[in-house]
Amino acid sequence: MEVNLQNAMDHGLNKEEFNKICDLLKRTPNLTELGIFSAMWNEHCSYKSSKVHLKKLNTKGKKVIQGPGENAGIIDIEDDDAIVFKIESHNHPSFIEPYQGAATGVGGIMRDVFTMGARPIANLNSIHFGSTQNPKTKNLLRGVVKGIGGYGNCMGIPTIAGQTNFDESYNGNILVNAMTLGLVNKNKIFYSKAVGVNKPVIYVGSKTGRDGIHGASMASAVFDDKIEEKKPTVQVGDPFTEKLLLEACLELMAGKSIISIQDMGAAGLTSSSIEMASKGNLGIELNLNKVPCREEKMTPYEIMLSESQERMLIILENGKEEEAKKIFDKWNLDFAVIGKTTDTKKIELFFDKIRVAQIPINILAENAPIYDRKFKKTKLPQKIKFNKDDLKNFKITEVLKKILSSPNISSKEWIWEQYDQTVMGDTVEKPGSDSGIVRIHGSSKAVATSVDSSAIYCYAHPLTGGKQVVCENWRNLISCGSKPIAITNCLNFGNPEKEENMGEFVECVEGINEASKFLDYPVVSGNVSFYNETKDKGIKPTPTIGGVGLVTDYKKIITMDLKNINNLILVVGKTEGHIEQSIFARNILNEKKGPPPEINLFNEKNNGETILKLINEKLIKSTHDVSLGGIITAVSKMAIKGEKGFKLIKPKVLTSKFHYYFGEDQGRYIIEIEPNNLSKVQKILKENSVHYDEIGIVTKNEVILDKEPILHIDDLTKSNKTWLIDYMSK
Amino acid sequence: MKSSVIIFPGSNCDRDMDVALKKFGFINQMVWHNDIDLPKSDLIVLPGGFSYGDYLRCGSIAGKSRIISSVIDFAKSGGMVMGVCNGFQILTETGLLSGVLQQNINLNFICKNVFIKINNNKNKYFENIKKNILELHIAHNEGNYFCSQDELKSIEDNDQIAATYCDQNGKINEENNPNGAIKNIAGIFNEKKNVLGMMPHPERMIDKYLSGEDGSIFFTNLLNNLK
Repeated sequence: MEVNLQNAMDHGLNKEEFNKICDLLKRTPNLTELGIFSAMWNEHCSYKSSKVHLKKLNTKGKKVIQGPGENAGIIDIEDDDAIVFKIESHNHPSFIEPYQGAATGVGGIMRDVFTMGARPIANLNSIHFGSTQNPKTKNLLRGVVKGIGGYGNCMGIPTIAGQTNFDESYNGNILVNAMTLGLVNKNKIFYSKAVGVNKPVIYVGSKTGRDGIHGASMASAVFDDKIEEKKPTVQVGDPFTEKLLLEACLELMAGKSIISIQDMGAAGLTSSSIEMASKGNLGIELNLNKVPCREEKMTPYEIMLSESQERMLIILENGKEEEAKKIFDKWNLDFAVIGKTTDTKKIELFFDKIRVAQIPINILAENAPIYDRKFKKTKLPQKIKFNKDDLKNFKITEVLKKILSSPNISSKEWIWEQYDQTVMGDTVEKPGSDSGIVRIHGSSKAVATSVDSSAIYCYAHPLTGGKQVVCENWRNLISCGSKPIAITNCLNFGNPEKEENMGEFVECVEGINEASKFLDYPVVSGNVSFYNETKDKGIKPTPTIGGVGLVTDYKKIITMDLKNINNLILVVGKTEGHIEQSIFARNILNEKKGPPPEINLFNEKNNGETILKLINEKLIKSTHDVSLGGIITAVSKMAIKGEKGFKLIKPKVLTSKFHYYFGEDQGRYIIEIEPNNLSKVQKILKENSVHYDEIGIVTKNEVILDKEPILHIDDLTKSNKTWLIDYMSK
Repeated sequence: MKSSVIIFPGSNCDRDMDVALKKFGFINQMVWHNDIDLPKSDLIVLPGGFSYGDYLRCGSIAGKSRIISSVIDFAKSGGMVMGVCNGFQILTETGLLSGVLQQNINLNFICKNVFIKINNNKNKYFENIKKNILELHIAHNEGNYFCSQDELKSIEDNDQIAATYCDQNGKINEENNPNGAIKNIAGIFNEKKNVLGMMPHPERMIDKYLSGEDGSIFFTNLLNNLK
């Protein structure tokens, strides 16, 4: 059946794109071919709006083994060990069907990692929901958390870090970003590039069903009122099968029969087969009657577009089929030879002995449309003058309690407790710390990892926000004593066809790039999610950064909990009292205007490296970076975790106590040191020209702030730990 | 001492258990669910995980698996069989242990550290153990132990309650019951005390720099008792 423009538009392609297809093919495509084009040319798979800008990213570094362009990025962590990692979004499906959407997001990112030969060792996630007043928020949160836990727990991979945010801009589009780290021997990495003609193409894993058809196209469009109708585009996850697939693949990978391997993720069999052939500059021929199907009478169109989960495509060495099949039989998984590589440089599909599709691969891959879309830059907002009289009525302790119990600062224990954090027996730091840390099994090394985003800052000024989120991530890794190596990014934005949204994207990427270069913190993998928009309302720009750092000895990490009474508390880094866009300004003063805190990359790097020096000299007892809520929130969190109190005295600086305690200036850390080490610490800080303030001491359990009434630390703990539990039980 | 850990498809604490057993001196072997014969062992362990996906009642398919009849024979002849988490669920499905493990009372998966009090140390698992209250880790969705009043009377009369959830001082109350288990039960024995099922994971507490070391106390003691 030949198709027309209307069919193409129903597939999310526009008129120019349809004409381009007809020109390139020199004929009109049939329905199966149109489906293949729509799967390859949608935003989610083709990166057509983002490619121009992503190309500029800093992706190289001494430790980088594999940068963007493969299933995941890879970094060297010495002794032949390498870490494979990536973050990916599953936003659209999670809003439509939170449990399955989130679960298959986790399943998908783990497959990206083990398809490269790595055993997953840690999961992280960054999840964003609408306002807590929005009636949908609670169910979405519950469903997403259960979905993430349901998949990761069953796979037996610990979830060791994450972040949860609430903001009204996510009312109609939640964000679910899942990240996985895997461990691989750097000499045994598997890639997706096909090599050699007439090699058998093998399908393994679950059977193909009718779920998830058009999933990638759905994720490349905005939402409207008819969102319920999109449920069939959401995939259904089966973590048990994925666990078997993981073990079977790793068993096969231990031998030498695999030429290349690719998981079937977005756009299923279509994108996996085309990608493998395209990278190898080959053709591929598939007999769709051989594809194991779950349902009867599936058409070639459905088979090619299904996004059923837990499937892999493998190209084997000739003659290795029996050996490989034995492994998949043992794990009770489907195994079928469905085609072969060819020298035609075309994808050719056969069904019932008829050729049902034939497309030159370069048309689908290299000739995919690329758009350099128009964009609008955001001006740096004016500073805001806060009236001193307005501040008079506030008490620091009262504001502090409010901030500690606010949705974005409150403890997320209710969430983490639903994730298995310790399976595999290598978890050193669990969620709720600056970074999650897992030991490299059987060694003294460990990797620290953290995932961060700052949509508020990015919305106020995308360029600064982009820089900030990379710096904050870097700081989180530094705080535990690890050396940051590289990042992965998940770029969640609104509609790229709107100049404002596109501008936010372009400038955030620019900011990320600038910080990444300065800190020598390259981007090795990532994903873009556009069209996070419902009925014309887009989300705040939300680039999420996942970083990985190396710990040389897991016994020497630094944690954030305050350790001993009478130890000194210092703020490292300069406090100017930047209050605009802070939690204090937004939540307490209800002032949402103004610029985000400035990023000084030189200070950022210098302060961080100096903290690492202090840690290496064993001078630091605990440390925590200063972020949302400023100095006092940071110290409170350290005290809550350490079950200690603290006494703070504001240094004689020009700013008011509110600016000093709640300001969100960047590049700062709180450190706890022993009194007899003060001069040594001062010496190192001065030698490195790092500004610091001595602000207080650790107490048994009293919280003493200048002249304010004394609190017990349990008051703060209660404020911090009960909000989410209460919210979810109402 | 020789131990064997059974791997079911979907087991995911099998490696952790293998690491722990070896760390404390067991010569351990992994056994595939489709095997028929067990290797000669002083201890058989059913590890945690989601055997066969646990899409039916947890542990029910594993309770009918090929290897399990050998495990049952081994237990009936007095052999030591320990099930942790999913292993505990499987043991109740085989009938070697009474009762069932229902979904946690809050309907959520729970992963956290808990304290358990050892209730009976006149057996090879806990005899001579140097601490009576252990801090261990739980990670399960179905750990809410339940049995009939008759069964409860019988396991109480026969001293079959192995351990109960408590606070760090050994106080047993509702507040320290993480999952709603009847009588705060965290683990039980069979009548002869050679079969032990428990929800907490001792194999996850074997390094003081990680979660803690109370699991080390358990394994060291177990090995000594079996010698």
